[in-house]
Amino acid sequence: MIDYHLLREFADSWGLLFMLLTFLVLIGWTFLPGSRERHHDAANMIFDEAKSLDKERDNVQ
Amino acid sequence: MVSLVLRSGGWFVVALLAFLALAFSADTGFAIHMGIVMLAALITMWVTMSGADYGSIARGILRMPADQSRYDDDPIRWGVIAIMFWGLAGFLAGLYIALQLAFPVLNLGLEWTTFGRLRPLHTSAVIFAFGGNALIATSFYVVQRTCRARLAFPALARFVFWGYQLFIVLAATGYLLGITEAREYAEPEWYVDLWLTVVWVSYLAVFVGTIVKRKEPHIYVANWFFLSFILTVAMLHLVNNLSMPVSLLGSKSYAAFSGVQDALTQWWYGHNAVGFFLTAGFLGMMYYFVPKQAERPVYSYRLSIIHFWSLIFLYIWAGPHHLHYTALPDWAQTMGMVFSVMLWMPSWGGMINGLMTLNGAWDKIRTDPIIRMMVMALAFYGMSTFEGPMLSIKAVNSLSHYTDWTVGHVHSGALGWNGMITFAAVYYMAPRLWNRQRLYSLRMVNWHFWLSTVGIVLYAASMWVAGIMQGLMWREYGADGYLVYSFAEVVSAMFPMYVIRAAGGVLYLSGAILMAYNVWMTIAGHLREEKPMTETPYNEAADRPLVVAPAE
Repeated sequence: MIDYHLLREFADSWGLLFMLLTFLVLIGWTFLPGSRERHHDAANMIFDEAKSLDKERDNVQ
Repeated sequence: MVSLVLRSGGWFVVALLAFLALAFSADTGFAIHMGIVMLAALITMWVTMSGADYGSIARGILRMPADQSRYDDDPIRWGVIAIMFWGLAGFLAGLYIALQLAFPVLNLGLEWTTFGRLRPLHTSAVIFAFGGNALIATSFYVVQRTCRARLAFPALARFVFWGYQLFIVLAATGYLLGITEAREYAEPEWYVDLWLTVVWVSYLAVFVGTIVKRKEPHIYVANWFFLSFILTVAMLHLVNNLSMPVSLLGSKSYAAFSGVQDALTQWWYGHNAVGFFLTAGFLGMMYYFVPKQAERPVYSYRLSIIHFWSLIFLYIWAGPHHLHYTALPDWAQTMGMVFSVMLWMPSWGGMINGLMTLNGAWDKIRTDPIIRMMVMALAFYGMSTFEGPMLSIKAVNSLSHYTDWTVGHVHSGALGWNGMITFAAVYYMAPRLWNRQRLYSLRMVNWHFWLSTVGIVLYAASMWVAGIMQGLMWREYGADGYLVYSFAEVVSAMFPMYVIRAAGGVLYLSGAILMAYNVWMTIAGHLREEKPMTETPYNEAADRPLVVAPAE
């Protein structure tokens, strides 16, 4: 049963801490400066069908 | 031409192998299944040979690309038809088993038509056939449009569609024949599981391939939900179905786990099937179709990302709440309960995000029946994600577990959230996929909305009453310390509620029939002459300048 205890102790100590920190980093990411504008663009991306075509054309020229 | 011969020959070899497996099979069920596989291979061979399109063979030899200026929508069109077909089949099976509970004579005295065999047929038909086809079709629709790219691996995408239909047929016929692993929502036996694995990995390849070749730098959040659904379901399916077949030519297998480990694995799978198949995947639909139909961006993109990560990190731990007061260690039960309660927050965050997308356009609920369906779907998402955490609390669960309250909870989520958002997505896609001006009839959508809503209300309300009544009757002790009611007395007390539930099912099925007709006529290219849903009043007589009458 040594395996069970090893895994269990890892799960409720370092494993838990790792998951929690990863989660907080991922949530914190959305609050980085400049994210408001990026989120605005991303949310509106499904609508500006013509605009992104123009952008592509500009890139080609 | 060479490849045509090779492909036809390949399908013939598959048919031959299936025939050999049929001939040497260990049991009848396996033989029938191999017969179905052989038939599928022969049909595919016939289509390959007779449908030989020499123009496309030439294009294949010359490696000419398909028309890159259009999205690859054929598998999605097939998907819409499959959603309608399997939806009707699954709802009908559900209505039938609801009537069986009220009127047991409907079991017909045949082993194939007993409640025990028809129930998994119903659950798999609505979850995996109706819901699964909805997820595959909408994910292919959304990923192409948000990535501004055609599907990667078009042939593989077609294989995903047809392979998934074969999986459904094998699973459904297996239940009727009594072939089952007896694991809830994972009943198909080992060889059907292996086939689904092949199909699912192909699905993942098509989806990820399309994201990789995207022309938009950002991956829209709906695709995050779809991708997490595909990946997680792959992981759940593989672990939960680890088993050892008794014979390579027989249908029976035994699970790799036993006892409480087996139970926990099963409910880790079962609850995450709810969390990732029925929630994350359908949220992918929500985050694309609700903003598109409302013509405004999602209320908060940041909230949608927080919603995503919170669901990912919390859902995976909630499974043990299905095993309260069992042999599962107490700490595991408590952990399942705590994570379930925590899940309430992100779920409501997502619901509010969807509903608030309509902020400033609330009038659309009155004028647009498709928006109305989406709002009702979100309302039921909110309701069932509140009810779920509540039921997972141990004290509540001691009353609700094994009663019809659970059944009612599942159906308010499945009929209300999954059903309604799928109907709305199909109504959105159908005119666009077949290049029609609009749906055949918007008034019929409105009728569908009301039939479904009233049907769900009847269903959920009767099951609340039935469940709480059952729970209370089961735990009722008399003064002498004996149970007051026998089990059969509780069953007979349920009768009126079972009839009301079946009535709700009739309404829900009628709505779906109306939808099938509406979509059918849309595909056929008809437009129903009807009064528009909203009219701005115009008073011709009052439309005049105000002329001041000269003083007399």
